[in-house]
Amino acid sequence: MLKTFSLGGIHPDENKLSADAPIEVLPVPETVAIPISQHIGAPAEPIVKKGDRVKVGQLIAKPSGFVSSYIHSSVSGTVDKIDELIDVSGYKRKAIIIKTEDDEWEETIDRSPDLITEIPATPEEIIKMIQEAGIVGLGGATFPAHIKLSPPPGKNCDILIINGVECEPYLTSDHRVMLEKGNEIMVGVQILMKALKVNNAIIGIENNKPDAIKHMITLASKYSGIVIEPLKVQYPQGGEKQLIDACIKRQVPSGKLPIEVGAVVQNVGTALAVYEAVQKKKPLIERVVTVTGKSVKKPCNLMVRLGTPVSALIEAAGGIPEDTEKIIGGGPMMGKALSTPDIPITKGSSGILLMPKKIATRKPVQNCIRCSKCVSVCPMGLSPYLLMTLAEKAIWDRAEDEAIMDCIECGSCSYTCPSSRPLLDYIRLGKSKVGQIMRSRTK
Amino acid sequence: MNVVLITIITLSALGATAAVILYFVAQKFKVYEDPRIDQVEEILPAANCGGCGFPGCRAFAEALVKADDLSGYNCPVGGADVMSKAGKILGKEVTPAAPMVAVVRCNGTCENRPKQNNYDGAKSCSIASALYGGETGCTFGCLGLGDCVEACQFNAMYMDEKTGLPVIIEDNCVACGACVTACPKNIIELRNKGPKSRRIFVSCVNKDKGAPAKKACSVACIGCGKCVKVCPFEAITLENNLAYIDFNKCKLCRKCVTECPTNAIHELNFPPKKEKTAIETAEEN
Repeated sequence: MLKTFSLGGIHPDENKLSADAPIEVLPVPETVAIPISQHIGAPAEPIVKKGDRVKVGQLIAKPSGFVSSYIHSSVSGTVDKIDELIDVSGYKRKAIIIKTEDDEWEETIDRSPDLITEIPATPEEIIKMIQEAGIVGLGGATFPAHIKLSPPPGKNCDILIINGVECEPYLTSDHRVMLEKGNEIMVGVQILMKALKVNNAIIGIENNKPDAIKHMITLASKYSGIVIEPLKVQYPQGGEKQLIDACIKRQVPSGKLPIEVGAVVQNVGTALAVYEAVQKKKPLIERVVTVTGKSVKKPCNLMVRLGTPVSALIEAAGGIPEDTEKIIGGGPMMGKALSTPDIPITKGSSGILLMPKKIATRKPVQNCIRCSKCVSVCPMGLSPYLLMTLAEKAIWDRAEDEAIMDCIECGSCSYTCPSSRPLLDYIRLGKSKVGQIMRSRTK
Repeated sequence: MNVVLITIITLSALGATAAVILYFVAQKFKVYEDPRIDQVEEILPAANCGGCGFPGCRAFAEALVKADDLSGYNCPVGGADVMSKAGKILGKEVTPAAPMVAVVRCNGTCENRPKQNNYDGAKSCSIASALYGGETGCTFGCLGLGDCVEACQFNAMYMDEKTGLPVIIEDNCVACGACVTACPKNIIELRNKGPKSRRIFVSCVNKDKGAPAKKACSVACIGCGKCVKVCPFEAITLENNLAYIDFNKCKLCRKCVTECPTNAIHELNFPPKKEKTAIETAEEN
């Protein structure tokens, strides 16, 4: 029996249409728009101005708080302007717009494809390099990686878990990265292990990627302390707490972080970025993005420079199919519909999904029939039907008692509801209100 | 027979003792409550709308009794009438507050502000606004999902299906401010009702620069500053590409209304212009 997490979960159609498409490099676009807010936390502060020449990998914005990140130019060229434009948030936010000229890289970056397995840097140096390379969690949450790697005093980490689950339907970028950059990931994991001073790492991979599991097991035999754990296919196994439960049977208590049970979770994409940052001095300037959808001509996985408009990726996949109703940034479960295809790719973009009208539109909302399906699928053991009602009626204190803040927004409840009730929509609203109330209390 | 007698006597004795104890306990723990609180509460409208800033009419009555000075206290539902009655009961001076009314500062109708995408999520402005800026190019304007109408207890608002914007029924509006709080976009504002309900306001909250604002909505405030220059009373300020008319300084001369190139400044309840318009058009020509 394969392992999985213990509570709830669903199994939507996998639809991994682009699983066999090798990663292609998307040509550098004519202009890129690099938002200064690509991570959780305070937006970065631009340090370039209009007319400045920049090279690929040059620092263009620095962090403005503890939870914040460095941002580097993904192209070489001239800064056209610093303007506000609509990004993934759906609102206009500041972005640095750069006109591309040539492809001139910072001299310090090692662009050779040779694998460097020696890790001379000390743990402190590694964490500093990761921070300065602007690496954030590439699974989608975009939490600055260096913070997770420096556990607060008194907390001990004894195991590193690498997330190769990719439980979102349609998405295949992590799958392809594991197949094509397996060696780099292994070294990246070694670096992360060194930074955390742990001797064990588990790479969790869902069983719908047998080729990746096989490939990674062969590679892992060459490195000490890395174990590959094939997992039963179950959504949302890629959630940190679910993955920890699945791999090492430890449960993170309500309101606490994974470090509470001695674990740190990083994505395989992050491990690759860490390898490149530490061994090749290459900051986070590009990432793999899946472009997919049932009517898409050529579902593919693209290596994209950050700041490239979504429309360029869609073009590379054969253009927008006629029956498209929604363009989703991310996967179908947790992704967000984009209001325009001009939105730039950021550190957190894992996929672009073009959904045809038939499956994209919501069904009419009906009354709750008390079937309790939402309760049985919730991976956090919450009661989504109740949380929705509490949020609708603005009973925030009760919502807090019902642990609304534990919700990981996986969308299993909305997916499973036979009355198509907007459960997660209201729970999200409740989370933001309760979060505000809780923050005002601690002030 | 005996049993019945004993029962009656015992119970009566118990009752009498308990009554005596209760009497003394009640004396000992008596809570004095100002009788005027009840009197004031009696004359308040009992709408419990919270428009006064207190949780219900009773709390407002308590606050009025406690207060030394009644300035700053106002029951928006009852208005000057109720406040002067309350003042009489309490023997305190009441300065009548100017009557207010809610105004919707967005004129982004379907024609003025074309749709660029479709929203099919939960029918709630606060949910939609957490997701994105809205169906049109303007990320500041009305989302049209009716959180304000839902919040109104006085039947003073409805959604106009043609324009997709909320409409305020002036006669019903008591300026309790429930819609102001409900609107996640901060579009609705309480403004001075003005003489004969006449008032002028900027019907736009778009803080974008002129070009993108105009592109998204044909009646957006583009922050050109013409109204600021034309206003003889310095009532108009321009901040973040958006003009705002201070209703305490505005003398309702209507110069700004004709000056505004995008018709973003609205006048309400004025009689139609006659000679003045003719003179002005002559001047322009």
